[in-house]
Amino acid sequence: MSTPFQIVVCGSFVPDPLQTLEPVTGPAGPSLKNEMMLPAVLDPWAGHALFEAANLARKTPGSKVWLVSLGAKAKLQQVMMTVAQKAPFELVALDGPASGFTDSFETAAALAAAIDGIAGLDRARLLLFGGWESASRGACSTMQMVAERLGITEQFQGVDQIAVSDDGSFEVLERVEGGRHQVSVCTAPPALLGWATGNLPEPRNNPQVGMANMRTVMPALQRAKAAPIGNAGLAFSGVALPKQQRQTRIVKDMPAEEIAREIVAWMSEE
Amino acid sequence: MENILLLAHTEADGSLAKAGLEALATALGLGGALTVGLVGAATQAAAGQIAGCGAARFLAVTGDAFGQPRYTTDAAAAEALCRAADCPIVLAAGTSRWARALPGVAYRLSGRVDTHATSLTSANGAPAVTRWFYRQRMEAVLSRTQRPWVVLLDPGCVAPWSSAPDAPGASGTATVEAVSVEPPATRTTVTGYQAPKADEQTIRPDAKVLLVAGAGWTKKQADGAVHAAEAEQLILGFLRKAQASLGGSKSVVDLTGEGEAVLHCMTHMNQVGQTGSTPRHAKGLSTCCHGEEPHVVGWRFVNQRRAINLDAGCGWARGKADVLYVADAFEVMRHVNALLG
Repeated sequence: MSTPFQIVVCGSFVPDPLQTLEPVTGPAGPSLKNEMMLPAVLDPWAGHALFEAANLARKTPGSKVWLVSLGAKAKLQQVMMTVAQKAPFELVALDGPASGFTDSFETAAALAAAIDGIAGLDRARLLLFGGWESASRGACSTMQMVAERLGITEQFQGVDQIAVSDDGSFEVLERVEGGRHQVSVCTAPPALLGWATGNLPEPRNNPQVGMANMRTVMPALQRAKAAPIGNAGLAFSGVALPKQQRQTRIVKDMPAEEIAREIVAWMSEE
Repeated sequence: MENILLLAHTEADGSLAKAGLEALATALGLGGALTVGLVGAATQAAAGQIAGCGAARFLAVTGDAFGQPRYTTDAAAAEALCRAADCPIVLAAGTSRWARALPGVAYRLSGRVDTHATSLTSANGAPAVTRWFYRQRMEAVLSRTQRPWVVLLDPGCVAPWSSAPDAPGASGTATVEAVSVEPPATRTTVTGYQAPKADEQTIRPDAKVLLVAGAGWTKKQADGAVHAAEAEQLILGFLRKAQASLGGSKSVVDLTGEGEAVLHCMTHMNQVGQTGSTPRHAKGLSTCCHGEEPHVVGWRFVNQRRAINLDAGCGWARGKADVLYVADAFEVMRHVNALLG
């Protein structure tokens, strides 16, 4: 049996994907119109990381999962009401912006400082999890910089699978070009795994897990330190929605054979 | 324009991939003095491949340890090249290898990084990056004052650099300055790759056509029955005959984990859309897809788009596709496959 892991998952919320988003620009830079009013969900890739962390902790007795989350406290509380029912974890909350327009460098600094402050965290057994990018900023750079700040140089991105051996080493499958997976073996933690989708379905809500989590979630939200992200040196000269609206030709009542001929002809055009 | 370092890693055969040549084309278009930094088990052939590009210097970190795509060694090599070149702008292709390593390198250099850039241009000598936010739902132009500024360019956004056929010395021998780096201690070994068998390959980034399949393929059809096996046969048949690439909506990909009728050819790797990929293809054909904006971002970068759907008002297609065929995709694709031979 391998040594228990200490798994820290970084993840925050994003606007519900079904919402229409509109950018607005203010004195502090761009943001989303009515951002605080938009329904929010846990970032999908961070969610996969959390579910994989919970699964790994379940299979490796003695392991523990923390969720480190940077976002506006009120929104975090709202999202945690759902997320807390999915998997057991201890929340470390930071009160700051979760906007897609915040800088990954400064976000990484805030997250690394929060992880550094987790009492009793054994760095030798640390697996740092997160999404390989977020559905807001899509920076694909925050987790690498968090890991660097924590001195973690075994890093994997686009991870779909981790398989732990009895000797404590683990095999990691990372997405690479052409629909392939790169297979690597890492002999021991600490390591960073930036998750793609993994292979696990979203866990069903478990009210018991939710109640256990909420005992620590609420105090964590009350203790949340302010983490202002300044975006120093970053300037946006424009943010806009794509304007292109295509004039769709609707083809009704055409026989399937004729449609097929038209499609094949279209495919062969240069 | 400020000086530019182009970072490029070699492939298994020692050459530079198309994505690297695209980044080179972007770097040359900026107008600053260009240094090329190469990383790989062997780098001389790659330097020769672009010897005539007009770069002022060629630097290289070479060795077996740097042949493996792995964070520790890639970051060490890139960091050394950045320090040796001392350029304020560092440009690289957004390959899986550089996307893994370069953000950490930017941190080590006290610089900043932007990924998924679709263009890097110079306006009055100041570089500006264009990239998408909120999963391709809004586009922004941004600039930074910090240096070095590391920019990763998404593949497929510009034409790759190629030497003019008659240009003297277009490709040949470049003088490469070796940058010495002691391979750092690492606990990671790359042991290989997992890929579908050649006849099952469904993701072809260079394909002309992207076929997007939606959950409609797995639903009850006009006869009241589910025909998932036939759906799979039709889809795979089309992919083989057209050498097309396959994308799937989130709903069809998620079925795999929910115990419903599934398309076995469809995995999370195929997912396009808000939480999937946004591949770049010349043409896209969507079939049995439903939904609104979150799915449509999946083909934001597909130039010509057609859709087959039984719903004439489908949000996937109206205003987003050039042509919407209101028809049964099973029937149409049977005929398409027959015509493709």
